Amino acid sequence: MSTSAKYWRGIPQRYRLEAERCASCGMEFFPPRLVCSGCGARKFMPITLGDHGKLLTYTVIRVGPSEFCEQTPYAMGIVELEGGVRMTAQIADVDFDDLEVGMPVRIEFRKIREEGQAGILCYGYKFVPAD
Amino acid sequence: MAGIIGYGAYVPRNRIKVEEIAKVWGADAPSYKRGLMLQEKSVPSPDQDVITMSVEATKHALARAQIDPARIGAVYVGSESHPYAVKPSGTVLAEAIGATPEVHCADFEFACKAGSEAMFVCMGLADAGSIEYGLAVGADTSQGAPSDALEYSAAAGAASFIIGRDPGVAKVIDTYAFMTDTPDFWRRSYMHYPRHAGRFTGEPAYFKHITSCANGIMEKVNMKPKDFAYVVFHQPNGKFPQRVGKMLGFTKEQIEPGWLSPTLGNTYSGSSPMGLTATLDVAKPGDMILMVSYGSGAGSDGFVFEVTGKIDEVRNVAPRTRELLDKKKYIEYGTYAKYRRKIRMGE
Amino acid sequence: MRDVAVIGVGMQKWGELWKKSLRDIFTESALLAIDEAGVDRIDSMYVGCMSSGLFVGQEHLGSLLADYLGVAPIPALRVESACASGGAAFRQAYFDVASGANDIVLAGGVEKMTDVDGGGATFALSTAADAEYEVYSGVTFPGLYAMVAVAHMHAYGTTREQLAEVSVKNHKNGALNPLAQYPFEVTVDQVLSSVMIADPLTILDCSPITDGAAAAILCPLDMVDDLTDNEPVKILSSAHATDSIALHSRKDLTWLSAVAKAGQIAYKSAGLTPSDIDFVEVHDCFTIAEICAIEALGFFEKGKGGTGAASGETAMGGRIPVNPSGGLKSKGHPVGATGIAQIVETVKQLRGDGGERQVEGARVGMAQNMGGTGGSCVTHILGKA
Repeated sequence: MSTSAKYWRGIPQRYRLEAERCASCGMEFFPPRLVCSGCGARKFMPITLGDHGKLLTYTVIRVGPSEFCEQTPYAMGIVELEGGVRMTAQIADVDFDDLEVGMPVRIEFRKIREEGQAGILCYGYKFVPAD
Repeated sequence: MAGIIGYGAYVPRNRIKVEEIAKVWGADAPSYKRGLMLQEKSVPSPDQDVITMSVEATKHALARAQIDPARIGAVYVGSESHPYAVKPSGTVLAEAIGATPEVHCADFEFACKAGSEAMFVCMGLADAGSIEYGLAVGADTSQGAPSDALEYSAAAGAASFIIGRDPGVAKVIDTYAFMTDTPDFWRRSYMHYPRHAGRFTGEPAYFKHITSCANGIMEKVNMKPKDFAYVVFHQPNGKFPQRVGKMLGFTKEQIEPGWLSPTLGNTYSGSSPMGLTATLDVAKPGDMILMVSYGSGAGSDGFVFEVTGKIDEVRNVAPRTRELLDKKKYIEYGTYAKYRRKIRMGE
Repeated sequence: MRDVAVIGVGMQKWGELWKKSLRDIFTESALLAIDEAGVDRIDSMYVGCMSSGLFVGQEHLGSLLADYLGVAPIPALRVESACASGGAAFRQAYFDVASGANDIVLAGGVEKMTDVDGGGATFALSTAADAEYEVYSGVTFPGLYAMVAVAHMHAYGTTREQLAEVSVKNHKNGALNPLAQYPFEVTVDQVLSSVMIADPLTILDCSPITDGAAAAILCPLDMVDDLTDNEPVKILSSAHATDSIALHSRKDLTWLSAVAKAGQIAYKSAGLTPSDIDFVEVHDCFTIAEICAIEALGFFEKGKGGTGAASGETAMGGRIPVNPSGGLKSKGHPVGATGIAQIVETVKQLRGDGGERQVEGARVGMAQNMGGTGGSCVTHILGKA
């Protein structure tokens, strides 16, 4: 089963962090949506998220889903980016003992998963410790 | 002539030491370290490949270039380890930096010369007026067969250059190319590891092409080794660039800033381009730089650059190449084998 | 709206039921419920099941299960709200009866999880999270709850040992439940030293992979005497609330707002407060989930769930016994069946059929069933009729 269309559709978000800001209340959304969950407005301005933020929480996945089994163990976290948008992603290039709430991170472009030996390669954002 | 508007590099965090590899194969580490002048090499994580490293190196190049990516008219990625056999690396890179859709993309492959040829073509297009800016990347996650001499050097890294019609940070004074059919190193379709012709890769291959190219371009621009502040050669190991430099009459001081291979390894298509980024990191306005790449099969691209005053403005806008090289974590052979997929996994 | 009663419940022992298929598991429990109620017909049925498609490659469950239960052509519908599917099915059955549309309605739940390997099960369960913005990056459910745990520990000083106490207590209760998958006791040390799944959660912080089903028969309260000799249990309130399924979209990563909301609605419509609840079955898919749930349901102050869990107040005989059945942790967690099994336990306790784990004097019980990391919550309050 190819997931090309599904993957392709998400490229603006996964590659370039394209998001939006509610034209009415200013709330930022990633990914973009059609209705503001803050105020109900339906008009938005396109924005691009910054690539720095801080870690709100984290874990180390020791048992992964089938497509990630080869990658375990890997760290994951929820990060609040400058601007307030929050997202979940893996934390790469980190020593697990260094993980802590509040840790500054930045985003790097990484390969997220492979669809088997012959399928497409799926890229996107991961966090890495900020210097 | 065209110029380098912005430049950037990327090095994965992992390193493996020559001793660690030699230990596994019962090889004599000191003789490798002495003979090849190699200490350690970079190793990509499982989530890093030519595409991801190209994107990160290009972010650094764009930071220095300060241009709108939409104005980039050509995206060329040179590599011998493109993640796909069929499907371009360049389109992912172009999409990730926001250069699509009005852009020309091509993936280049010419062993270790693919990166410099991407630069070469971008310069030609910029000079011809076909593009306003071109993006040229040399990147590799090269593989050496286990226990082969190449395993001690095959490394990962990327260098990215925004090429434009202006002098930018380094004006291109001239280019030159020298090619022959020389089967010194190759990888057939569907083969995982490359093969090489042992000592034949030296004198009739690396040394002949680099010296011929270097002499050719110096003659073309009427310059001598002493006229250059710095020189960058392809670096398959630590020793070859030093030796070829000596053969041509360059000093260690001219080679030193771009001589990354002892602690980086051979990043193949990224090798001489990364040597150039490291050299630009320390160059002063007015400095002349000679760069000569080498790709097996075989050929060399030669470039003469003149560093401009702009270099001082952009140097510290993105991480310097040696800063990236200094951020490292040593891994053991088992982890290296896992990361480089040298372990046969269950279905 | 008519008052609604539960007049029969059915559940067989849960576990790794290698010899039984999804349809067998469901039908056995459904027949137990029908026989216990003593009814001779079913007017309609709702079956909670999270992911028969991914676990056994079967959709269209309503019709399949109605056929195998021998009740076709009655209307039969599969209901899905991730791990809250069972509770959601029970709520649909409740509305079906309360509205007057049907009189005798079966609410069931089933999940057959062992037909896929561990990676497959982890993936199937992960689809309860945001597939494109959480799962894409490799998150798992233990991972998501581990991140809740880390946030809770950071915000409130909740300790690793307090998390373990939840598992210890639920296993102690479950050891008295003959239908539980893992009816044995564990110690805090065992929980802490068991294999790490997603830091800081070990395998003994996690509910297991389980095959199982459960069923309940509902009817109008005023028809109970005509239909059965069984002691009825009255549904005092039914509540359902939602929240973002992506954990990162929540303002407070430690607070289950859908659980709080559904709890408030359930209390209000039953005219009760937390202090009126004699025992509660909460959705302890992970130890941290129980800690968050007992806060959101108002049994403990926000941030005090960890100390509460370790205080003994949630143990049998404590101020508010939590999970007398052994909870998801010890009893097992066949996801779609869990919400119905909570109802089964609540009904048994209110009838005084709790056996060795009977909550003394139980008159009002609550069942809180949650989907994902709290993206949905279905809460029911039941009482002696």
